[in-house]
Amino acid sequence: MTDTDHVIVVEGLRKTYGDKPALDGVDLTVARGTVHGLLGPNGAGKTTVVRILATLLRQDGGRAEVAGFDVRRDADAVRHRIGLLGQHAALDEELSGRQNLEMFGRLYHLGARGAAARAAELLDRFGLADTGRKAVRQYSGGMRRRLDLAASLVLAPEVLFLDEPTTGLDPRGRTEVWNAVRSLVGGGTTVLLTTQYLEEADQLADRISLLDAGRVAAEGTPDELKARIGGDRVDVVVRHADQLDAAAAVVTAAVGADATTDPDGRRTGAPVADRVAALTETLRALGAAGIEVEDIALRRPTLDEVFLRLTGAGATAKEDATV
Amino acid sequence: MTNWVLTDSWTMTRRGLAHRARRPGQMFVGLAFPVMMVLIFAYFLGGGMRVAGGGDYKDFLIPGMLALTMAFGLESTMVALTQDLNRGVIDRFRAMPMAPSAVLVGRSVDDMLESAASLLAMVGVGLLMGWRWHNGFGEALYALGLLLLLRFAMLWIGIYLGMVAGKPELVQAVQILIWPIGFLSNVFTSAESMPGWLGAIAEWNPMSATATAVRELFGNPGWNGTTWAATHAQLLAVAWPVALLAVFGPLAVRRYRGLSH
Repeated sequence: MTDTDHVIVVEGLRKTYGDKPALDGVDLTVARGTVHGLLGPNGAGKTTVVRILATLLRQDGGRAEVAGFDVRRDADAVRHRIGLLGQHAALDEELSGRQNLEMFGRLYHLGARGAAARAAELLDRFGLADTGRKAVRQYSGGMRRRLDLAASLVLAPEVLFLDEPTTGLDPRGRTEVWNAVRSLVGGGTTVLLTTQYLEEADQLADRISLLDAGRVAAEGTPDELKARIGGDRVDVVVRHADQLDAAAAVVTAAVGADATTDPDGRRTGAPVADRVAALTETLRALGAAGIEVEDIALRRPTLDEVFLRLTGAGATAKEDATV
Repeated sequence: MTNWVLTDSWTMTRRGLAHRARRPGQMFVGLAFPVMMVLIFAYFLGGGMRVAGGGDYKDFLIPGMLALTMAFGLESTMVALTQDLNRGVIDRFRAMPMAPSAVLVGRSVDDMLESAASLLAMVGVGLLMGWRWHNGFGEALYALGLLLLLRFAMLWIGIYLGMVAGKPELVQAVQILIWPIGFLSNVFTSAESMPGWLGAIAEWNPMSATATAVRELFGNPGWNGTTWAATHAQLLAVAWPVALLAVFGPLAVRRYRGLSH
């Protein structure tokens, strides 16, 4: 039954709040030692999935296994093997960093000395060794996040859940968390990451599941997902709005694919196969037709576009979602 | 599998003690309030108070204030619990392989230790003001036991309400409501002095039962009423808290378990 290569196995997971379905049959498998990104608009069910896997919430239907243990039947065994970094710092704000980590160590039953040693080790590793007696509520956002991450690692977990780990952090804090995650994965930890920042998923995730309205709308590597909505495009912005239709016709003829238009942005574009040839041909044809071009570019689809297209969260907004 | 309830509860108790150690001033602020109430009632208003059956108002007041202080402890339990729930630290506890009951047990042990300390401090203040017990040390200890029992029942009501309220704003509503409930008792004045039906409610108030019982045990005035509730105060002072615990203890535990639904 248990798949040793897959540290997280989720089948047909369902959860309803009142009469509002939050998860409507989610399937998910995560391979050992990888980072799996869970993306989706607010309310898609990302946090619900994480809370069920972390044994904080009971599912209404379906099966979920973490590190080979069922999250409902063997919750305690799962708890020995996971770390959780939630959206809000799960720390005792009144205590110091050291007191927090020692308390968690004791609750993991490391014993007084074991807990103290582990706390010292983690404080050192996350650059918090000199925080002394200062209460966590006086910490900066970045320090608090690092301590929260340290608290998730007291037991050196097999599986780490990161629920929007960098929300509210400045770019430096974000990079710190990313580096910490990379080094953990290098050490064999499996990570399930939810995020609102597509760049974060692009940077960290080996595979991504796109969640929409409680279902997995798409799954694959970031490149696969990008490829799914088409490859490169040529994009043209014309100077005069009244030339937009003519430009679209020229682009269609030049690249041999139907061009779409965005009147608000005075923009037209089409998917291309041969990047450079398409660019030079388009530019030449536009010049020959006497159309004034303000901007022309080749670009790859971003994960934002994948996200918007596949989740249907903004079919109309997708033209705006460029670089 | 080893049972970690005791170890984990002790860790959680230490957490509460560490909080108090970090804010030593808070305990004094917490004490200042009941002490101030005693002083106001004893010296500002006490002159106009007449104890049913005679006796010194101070001797009547102190046992009542002890009961009131224990009952108002509900508030601090409730505040502490809502803060935990809102800060996400409970999520970390719940995702750990610790004994789930330790969170609530630790909270209650910590609150009981604090209550015992403030009870002793209040007794000290009473003694300084000239209040005495007259029936011997054993009876006095039993009285203190009854007071702590009331606190223990209030503690579990506080845990339950804290989980139901969930938000600090709702705690305020309880903080206001607790006043009329506190005063609708024989803590400050005898129930007979109130309009009939109100007096009956005051007489059956759990706080009144404890206040009357400890007055009797301390040998202070104000317990020699003639109604059933007054003549069975010692029984009620045990029965009320036990009944409240029997209701709110399981409710609180169920509510805590229900966090995963």
